[in-house]
Amino acid sequence: MGRLSILQASNLVKRFGRFTALNGVNIEVNKGEVFGFIGPNGAGKSTTIRVLLGILKADSGEAKIFGKDAWKDAVDIHKRIAYVPGDVNLWPNLTGGEVIDLFIKLRGGNNKSKREELIQRFDLDPTKKCRTYSKGNRQKVALVAAFASEADLYILDEPTSGLDPLMERIFQECVQEAKNTGKSVLLSSHVLSEVERLCDRVGIIREGKMIESGSLGELRHLTRTNLYVETIRPMDSLASLQGVHELVKEGEAFSFQVDSEHLDNIIQYISQFGVTKLESAPPTLEDLFMRHYEGTSKSANSGAGGRP
Amino acid sequence: MFEQYFMKTGSLARFILRRDRIRIPIWLISIVAITLVVAEAFTNLYASETELQAIAETMLNPAMTAMVGQGYGLDNYTYGAMMAHQMLLFTAIAVAIMSILLVTRHTRTDEEDGRIEMIRSLPAGRLSSLSATLIVLISTNVVLAIFTGVGLYSLGIESMDWEGSLLYGSALGATGIFFAALTALFAQLSESSRGTIGLTMGGLILAYLIRAIGDVTNETLTWFSPLGWVLRSEVYVNNYWWPITFMLVISIVLIVASLYLSAIRDLGAGFLPSKPGRKHASPMLQSPLGLSYRIQRTALLSWAVGMFILGASYGSVFGDLDAFFSDIEIMEQMLTPMEGFSLTEQFITMLMAIMSMLGTVPVLMAFLKLKGEEKKNRTELLLSHAVSRTKLIGSYLIIAFITGFVMLSLAAIGLWAASVPVMDEPIAFSTIYGAALVYLPAVWMMTGIAVLLVGVAPNFTVIIWLYLVFSYFVVYLGGLLQFPLWLSNLTPFGYIPQLPVEEMNITNLTLLTLIAATMIVIGAIGYNKRDIEG
Ligand SMILES: Nc1ncnc2c1ncn2[C@@H]1O[C@H](COP(=O)(O)OP(=O)(O)OP(=O)(O)O)[C@@H](O)[C@H]1O
Ligand SMILES: [Mg+2]
Repeated sequence: MGRLSILQASNLVKRFGRFTALNGVNIEVNKGEVFGFIGPNGAGKSTTIRVLLGILKADSGEAKIFGKDAWKDAVDIHKRIAYVPGDVNLWPNLTGGEVIDLFIKLRGGNNKSKREELIQRFDLDPTKKCRTYSKGNRQKVALVAAFASEADLYILDEPTSGLDPLMERIFQECVQEAKNTGKSVLLSSHVLSEVERLCDRVGIIREGKMIESGSLGELRHLTRTNLYVETIRPMDSLASLQGVHELVKEGEAFSFQVDSEHLDNIIQYISQFGVTKLESAPPTLEDLFMRHYEGTSKSANSGAGGRP
Repeated sequence: MFEQYFMKTGSLARFILRRDRIRIPIWLISIVAITLVVAEAFTNLYASETELQAIAETMLNPAMTAMVGQGYGLDNYTYGAMMAHQMLLFTAIAVAIMSILLVTRHTRTDEEDGRIEMIRSLPAGRLSSLSATLIVLISTNVVLAIFTGVGLYSLGIESMDWEGSLLYGSALGATGIFFAALTALFAQLSESSRGTIGLTMGGLILAYLIRAIGDVTNETLTWFSPLGWVLRSEVYVNNYWWPITFMLVISIVLIVASLYLSAIRDLGAGFLPSKPGRKHASPMLQSPLGLSYRIQRTALLSWAVGMFILGASYGSVFGDLDAFFSDIEIMEQMLTPMEGFSLTEQFITMLMAIMSMLGTVPVLMAFLKLKGEEKKNRTELLLSHAVSRTKLIGSYLIIAFITGFVMLSLAAIGLWAASVPVMDEPIAFSTIYGAALVYLPAVWMMTGIAVLLVGVAPNFTVIIWLYLVFSYFVVYLGGLLQFPLWLSNLTPFGYIPQLPVEEMNITNLTLLTLIAATMIVIGAIGYNKRDIEG
């Protein structure tokens, strides 16, 4: 690819006592790229992000942002980073406006017009005390503070978990704008449609390990295609072919999934029966996700799921 | 109707007991143990009746009355009378603090953190959490009353009979129940747990001051203080039960009021108004230092006012003290082992030790706020900006240092200002101010331990509070019971030269400061190296 790498984490390991939360996490985010970070609850997304922010110290492995060490040069790095957590806790007796100003000031920037514009767009009342804000409004405070600062890398940990659909769209616009001006984004989220729309590349983490990462195209390539086929003559032995999954008979038609490497064989097979209708759809991120997660439900109980 | 309000109260009460299965026993055991140990110690210390009577005479002055409360049975100063006079008030204050902290923890703190909301969403009554908390607290205080009463009686000290011992325990228990009820009420009025603790602690201090001024100047005034009622039971002397009954009746009124307010208010809301705020941050609030001051401003200012009033209250009785001693010259000679120093001056040393320890409370609170912020995940948010951990911990340290200086200064200024108009020969300001500020190294030492804990063992910060309570008892009781020297050497406050009576001791002060500095450095390094927890 040869693009400038902004964030690089290799083989991150983090233990809490005897529990291993991260077990060799690798992430790379390039300049001008939105990287989606997905995985089931308790997989280690927030832990990874905290390590990247220098809030937790990795037991081993290396995390570099802008070529600097995430732990040792945290303060330097943070001048060019904006972070939004999923659970925003603010000071109950400060107003939203005060908190936004404080955060902008602490990062070192000062962009008044951007601040006002964002407050307008997110429809936030900055004179209210934080204790009276709803969850979504607290999140808006953090988002306004983040996007009002001229950061080069945005680290967003489930930033939209409390936003309404309208606000969610404004958030997506903000991410797009950041991307268009060459900023990079690390976005952890459970809203897969959002990840699909925004992200150039995606990493999937499970039980503290990265199990997949690459562009959506690459990931899809590794997996299955959804097919819907109607033929003149009935396809009797479709189910017995290698690479066919989730076969459902719908009247005369079939819908099923095909492993990418067997696609050629299958197409040759069905063409013998006189195809009258053929629809193919790339797997959604959700399909990808489900496939990776389903295999885990057995082991998840013993490992990173639930409580340590 | 009943279900609507009280469903599942029993289960919630059991749940509270489970959550506090260590906390409550520690409070109970400490309070009962200290009571019994002191009672036993009195009999060893003062073996003869003449000794007892001599002590009674020394206690017979306005300053002592202001501090420990009106004494009864001073003409026949039995061990029992001595207990009730010297220990009852201070133990009652400890019990009150226990109730305040426990009730706040299960009311406003839980509400603030959203736990009450979870419980309310279950088939539990609207008042169930509050009534469960009160049931637990009332039971705790009843147990305390019984244990203390039975314990004191079983020591087999002649003047400590069944009725008196039970009354002693009941006085403590009733104080606990009263302050539990008061906290429950304030938890409805205030919107935050800090506000609740602030209001009730303020109430406790006010009760102490009203009683102090009332006991010295005007008996009727004392009747406006619940701590005054405690002493009016005249335990081991006349054994009046009615002040305790009165206290319980008032407690019931407070409980009903708190239940009523809780039933009519919204979850998360209070009754004290909160106004809309600024749209922009002031220039003050644009650094970690500004932030750490801003979020504690109210608490710190209240403490500052409190320390000044405390100093002034003590200062205002100095005139009577002076007059009292000049009346009885013989006694002055008898009680002044130190040549050239008046009893008033000696009394200053004791006051300063106590005021400096009280002044350490806001200092530690100011610094440990750093830990509280971390627990609420806000430190994480701050550190994701261009803020170094050294700068963050440094900001809290600066606040702590300034707080320490201001608290001691205000107490000394209050003391001096109130004493000047009432004394014939006022003590020089420099004497009083020096006697106060000389305690700063001890305050720093306590701060140093707190820094060390936050940096290296953040889950054990409660140790510093236990140590402060320990120091308080060693210094307060040490003077009373003539503890061996090594015990008072276990607290930094024991190493401070008691100006103006003792000589200045630069070596001790320097050593304390150096140790404090070392601990601060180690703590700060530890803070830089460890994980920030959420
Ligand atoms: N301070 C801690 N001590 C012990 N275990 C921890 C700590 N922090 C996180 N864990 C554990 O590490 C694992 C990963 O947690 P993490 O918060 O990173 O998950 P996540 O992927 O962000 O999940 P979610 O999607 O629910 O936000 C979990 O099993 C969690 O219980
Ligand atoms: Mg998470």
